[in-house]
Amino acid sequence: MALELRDLADSQQPSVQLAEPSRPLGETVVRIRGYGREFAGRTVLSGIDLDLADGELVALLGTSGSGKSTLLRALAGLDPGAAGHVQVPRERAIAFQDHRLLPWKRVWRNVLIGVPKATRANAIAALEEVGIAARADAWPGTLSGGEAQRAALARAFIRNPRLLLLDEPFGSLDALTRLRMHALLRELCRRHHPATLLVTHDVDEAVALADRILVIRDGGISLDHRPDAPPAARTGPEVIVLRARLLEELGVDPTDPTTNDQESGD
Amino acid sequence: MSAVADYEVVVGTGAGPDEAVSGGSGRTRRSRSRGAGDVLRAVWRSRWTRFGGPLILLGLWQLAVTIGHTPSVQMPSPSYVVSTARHLLADGTLEAALVASLRRVVLGLLLGISIGTALALASGLSRVGERLIDPIMHMFRTMPVLALLPLFIIWFGIGEKAKVFLIAWAVIFPIYINTYAGVRSVDSRLVEAGRVLGLGRGGLIRHVILPGALPQFLTGLRLAMGISWLVLVAAEEINATSGLGYMLINAENLLQTNVMFVGLLVYSLLGLASDVIVRLIERWALAWRSSFVT
Repeated sequence: MALELRDLADSQQPSVQLAEPSRPLGETVVRIRGYGREFAGRTVLSGIDLDLADGELVALLGTSGSGKSTLLRALAGLDPGAAGHVQVPRERAIAFQDHRLLPWKRVWRNVLIGVPKATRANAIAALEEVGIAARADAWPGTLSGGEAQRAALARAFIRNPRLLLLDEPFGSLDALTRLRMHALLRELCRRHHPATLLVTHDVDEAVALADRILVIRDGGISLDHRPDAPPAARTGPEVIVLRARLLEELGVDPTDPTTNDQESGD
Repeated sequence: MSAVADYEVVVGTGAGPDEAVSGGSGRTRRSRSRGAGDVLRAVWRSRWTRFGGPLILLGLWQLAVTIGHTPSVQMPSPSYVVSTARHLLADGTLEAALVASLRRVVLGLLLGISIGTALALASGLSRVGERLIDPIMHMFRTMPVLALLPLFIIWFGIGEKAKVFLIAWAVIFPIYINTYAGVRSVDSRLVEAGRVLGLGRGGLIRHVILPGALPQFLTGLRLAMGISWLVLVAAEEINATSGLGYMLINAENLLQTNVMFVGLLVYSLLGLASDVIVRLIERWALAWRSSFVT
């Protein structure tokens, strides 16, 4: 069954509409038209049109304060003040930079929060997928940073989301743990093929993970790039070229020590 | 030895090289004295030191009475107080007083905790609730509870009701203030996460807000238990025919200092028991937090 998209011509008022569940591969899962957001009269984002397809991992790059998290929150339904038309599936999940596990619930119960009719066996299976089934009965406060993020991913994937929203989920992990988490995320996305929006300011993370890379700048999407090679097949020279291009788009010149000054000046 | 003389031992027992060269006898002497010291140190560091303070106090008390030849009407000795307590237990006086008082405290606590928690939730979870309830609570909070006793007697008679309600009244405030603060201090990021995970308002309250407010609620409970005993005794001393306060006021009239001391002793033990109860509740309900303390 095709996704029922709302006729967008007459939709001026802000709305977040929930689509009917159905999941053919490669189908448009998220449709954004004319999305904008202002805070106290200051326009952060405006005129954003964006479609996300089933199974694709899209990285959203931007500097601090560029509005990338704002867009993600809108897709999560956490921002009632947005303007434009945003259509997202009901089955969506989110993982934040801080794991946000409830400290008073054991790990497996955390995984099951908000999942109706789920059993401990479901939770264990989800934890097994992220490799921490052994920690199912631990209190979140005793987990390492990597383990906590794995639990957060288990909590997201147990919902079998059609849209997965990741808000710098690996931002507070050490470099080695982050690499392991990248491999895990790729595997999970391959298996569950949700449309994934990964918000990050880490160019290397985007290059390592994303099928498609967006750069957000000056209130809009300034780059929507789909590299020819899938993430795993990207070779050294390609990575270097891609990385340089993204940095340029972000207004960062790694060879120029005064880049920062220019940025803050405008 | 000279080869390592330039080095400083920064980690280790500090026993140094003499242990290596000293003979067998020296070593046994050292280990024996260390053994006795270890026992002392172990006792010093163990949880039993908790009882050390009261025991020392008790010893000083007995000593003062014995040396000072104080008349027992002014200051009965600990041994006299203990024998009085035994006597009061044997004829059932103490037990009856304790049961009557406990009943009032438990009923008052249950009532006060229920009302205080309900008000705190209403005020903590809704802005309208806060506007309606919070100012009233702070107005009532500052009224001296004991000044309200005559009013409570006029309203509820001289029976059990007045005492139970007075305790409930006094208990409401520490429960309210702490639980309200607990509800308001729940990490908003966790509430947001709960919402995204599909929890409705009821689910958020049950899984996120109530457990998040629990530590603060228990602080309130600790205060409430202490206050309930204070209020009870005051209420019982003014108007009662049973209970610990009644026993105390009776003893006062008959100049039975030893009985008064027993009453005071029982209060202190009840305070201790209240603390133990809250501790047990905390250990059970806040097990997730113990992982930080170890």
